[in-house]
Amino acid sequence: MSFLLDSCLMFFSQVLFFAGGWVFFLKQLFKDYEVHHSVVLLVFSITFALSCTMFELIIFEILGFLESSSRYFHWKLGLYAFLFVLVAILPFYIGYFIIGNLRFAPQKRHIRVLMTTGAWLAFLYFFWKIGDPFPILSPKHGIFSIEQCIGRIGVIGVTLMAVLSGFGAVNYPYTSMFYFIRAVTETDVQNIEKRLMQTMDMILMKKKRIALARQERLKQATINKSQGGLWGMISKVTSGSGSSENMSMLKQETEAYEELAKQLFLESVDLHNAQERIAYSKTFKGKYFNFLGYFFSIYCVWKILISTINIIFDRVGKVDPVTRGIEIAVNYIGIQFDVKFWSQQISFLLIGIIIVTSIRGLLITLTRFFYAIASSKSSNVIVLCLAQLMGMYFVSSVLLIRMNMPQEYRSIITEVLGDLQFNFYHRWFDVIFLVSALSSIGFLYIAHKQAPEKNGY
Amino acid sequence: MAANIDKVKIVVVGDSGVGKTSLVHLICHQAPTTNPPYTIGCSVEVKLHDYKAGTPGEKTFFVELWDIGGSTSHQNSRSIFYNSVHGIMLVHDLSNRKSHQNLRKWLGEVINRGSTKDNANGGDYDQELFAGIQIPIMVVGCKADQAQNLREKSPSGRSSVAEECGADEFNLDCNQVKHISPGSTNAVKLTKFFDKAIERRYQGRESCSQGHITPTMERKRFFKTSHVD
Repeated sequence: MSFLLDSCLMFFSQVLFFAGGWVFFLKQLFKDYEVHHSVVLLVFSITFALSCTMFELIIFEILGFLESSSRYFHWKLGLYAFLFVLVAILPFYIGYFIIGNLRFAPQKRHIRVLMTTGAWLAFLYFFWKIGDPFPILSPKHGIFSIEQCIGRIGVIGVTLMAVLSGFGAVNYPYTSMFYFIRAVTETDVQNIEKRLMQTMDMILMKKKRIALARQERLKQATINKSQGGLWGMISKVTSGSGSSENMSMLKQETEAYEELAKQLFLESVDLHNAQERIAYSKTFKGKYFNFLGYFFSIYCVWKILISTINIIFDRVGKVDPVTRGIEIAVNYIGIQFDVKFWSQQISFLLIGIIIVTSIRGLLITLTRFFYAIASSKSSNVIVLCLAQLMGMYFVSSVLLIRMNMPQEYRSIITEVLGDLQFNFYHRWFDVIFLVSALSSIGFLYIAHKQAPEKNGY
Repeated sequence: MAANIDKVKIVVVGDSGVGKTSLVHLICHQAPTTNPPYTIGCSVEVKLHDYKAGTPGEKTFFVELWDIGGSTSHQNSRSIFYNSVHGIMLVHDLSNRKSHQNLRKWLGEVINRGSTKDNANGGDYDQELFAGIQIPIMVVGCKADQAQNLREKSPSGRSSVAEECGADEFNLDCNQVKHISPGSTNAVKLTKFFDKAIERRYQGRESCSQGHITPTMERKRFFKTSHVD
C-alpha cells in the first residue's frame, strides 16, 4: 500500500519536473524560434524530468522520506529510463535531424530512417570504444551490464563537468571584479563610431560608382548592338575593357572597405560592452558581485592547489566534508551536539545547495551557448545535443556527489550505480579541472592583453 | 557624377537568419545569392531607382539599402546606423512565427534609435507610437517556399504588424528572381514604397523650409519620436 502511495508521489513530482522543462524550453531556449517538431520538446522535457528525479531521490535518501524499497525501485526505474534516453533515443533523433539538414541526402522518409539507423550504430561503436582506455570497472562485470553504460557516460559527463567548472571558476572572478575592467571613455566610442560611418560612406560612394558604371555599360551595349558591324565591335572592345578594369578595381577596394567596416563594428561592440560593465559596476548588484568575486577567486586558487596536491601525492579523500567538519568541531573546538541529527541536516543543506546551483548553472550555460550558436536551421539539432550533454552532466554529478555525502547515505548510490571505481572519476575530475582552469587563465590573460593594444591609437 | 544624384536611406531590419541579405541582393542585383554568411554590423547595397517612372516628372535616385545584422549580442552598437532613416523594411521568416512577433521590437529599436530606456515599454504605448510613425514601412516575408511545406495554406489576410503601422507587405522566396521581376505585384509594391520614401524625404524638406507645420509633425514632437530629415 505504501508502495502505491510512494509511486503516486514520485509520479506527481515527475510530472512537475516535466512541466518545468517544458516551460523552460518554450520561454527561454526557443523564444525566437517556432517549434516545428514537437518530439524535440518532448525529449528535452523527459530528459530534464529524469535528471531532476534522480536528484530528488538523493534528497529523499538523506531525509529518510518514503520506504527504502520503493526508493530503490524508483532509482532503478529512473536509471534504466535515463540510460535508454541517453544512449538510444537522443542520438537517434540527433542523427535524424542532422541528416535532414544535409543538402545532398534524399528527403524520402524511409531512406532518412535507414541512414539514421546506420549513423546510430556507428555512434554505439564509438561510444563503446571510449571506455577502453579507462579503468572504469572492476573485472567482475560482464559485457552487457548496466555498469558499462554508466561508466562510459560517467567519463564523458565528468570531463564536461570539469571543463565547465574549471572555466567557470576562472571566468567568474574575471567578469565580476572591477580590477579587470578596461577603462573606456566616451570619446573612444565616438571615435570608433565616426570611423565606422566614414568607412560606410566610402563603401556607398564606391558602390554608387559601380552601379553607374554598370548602367553606362548596359547603355553602351544597347547602342553598340544597334550600330552593329565592325565599328560597333571595335568600340565595344575598347570601352568595355576600360570600364571593366575600373569595375574590378572598384570591387576589390569595396571588399577591402567592407572588411574594415566589420572590424570597426566588432571593436565598437567591444567598447560598448566595456562601457556597460563600467555602468554595472556602479550599481549595488555590481558591487555585491564584485565582493563575491574576491571570495570566489580565493576558492578558485585553493581548488587548483588541492587538485595539484591530489594528483601529485595520489591522495584520495575518504571522508566527506560534513563529517570532517563535525569532527573538527567536536574534537578541536569542543562543541558538543547531537552528531547524528546535525549530520543529517547539514548534509541535506549542503547537497541541496550543490544540486540547485549545479542545475541552475547548467541551464544558464546551456541557454547562453544556445543563443550564441543556434540558427533557424540548426536549432533542433543543437537543442537535442544540449539535452544529451545535460543528461550526461547530471548522471556524472550524481556520481561525484557521492563524495560529499556521509558514509551511511552513500550506500544507495553504490548499490544503484553498481560498483564503479569511484576514485578514478574523482582523479579524472581533478586532472581535467586543472587543465581547464590553467588554460582558461592563459586564454583570458592573452585576450586581456590584446584588447588595449587594439584600441590604443 | 555620383554626387549629383540624390539619395534615400532605407534600413532593412529583422531577426538573425530571416533572409535580409538575400532579399537585398535580389532587389539590387536581380539575382539570388547562395548561402551568404551572417551579416556583421551592416552591409550596404545601392539601387538606381527611377522615381515616377514613365511620367514627365521622372528622376533617378539612389536607394541605399542598409542591411543591418540581427544578432542580439550586437544590439548596443547598432544605433549608429539608424540616423536619418527615410524608410524601414521589416523582414520576417514565414516558417518561423516568432520572427514576425519580434518585428515590433525591431520597429521600436529603429524608432527609438536603440535607446535602452525605451525597451521596457508595455504594449499600449507601442500601439500609439506605431500608429503615429511617419516613416514609410514595408513588411516582407521571406522563405515562402519553406513555409508552404510546413503549413497547408499560406497565412491569409494581412499580418498584424503591417496593420498596426498601416504598412504594405509582400511575401517571396528569395531564390526566385521571378518574384521580384519588373511588372510583378511584388515589384510594383516595392516601387511604390521607394517612391513614398523619396516623396517623404524631399517634399517634407520643402514644406519644412516654407515654415509650414503639419499636425502630424506636432504630434511627432509631442511623442519625441525620431527626427526625420
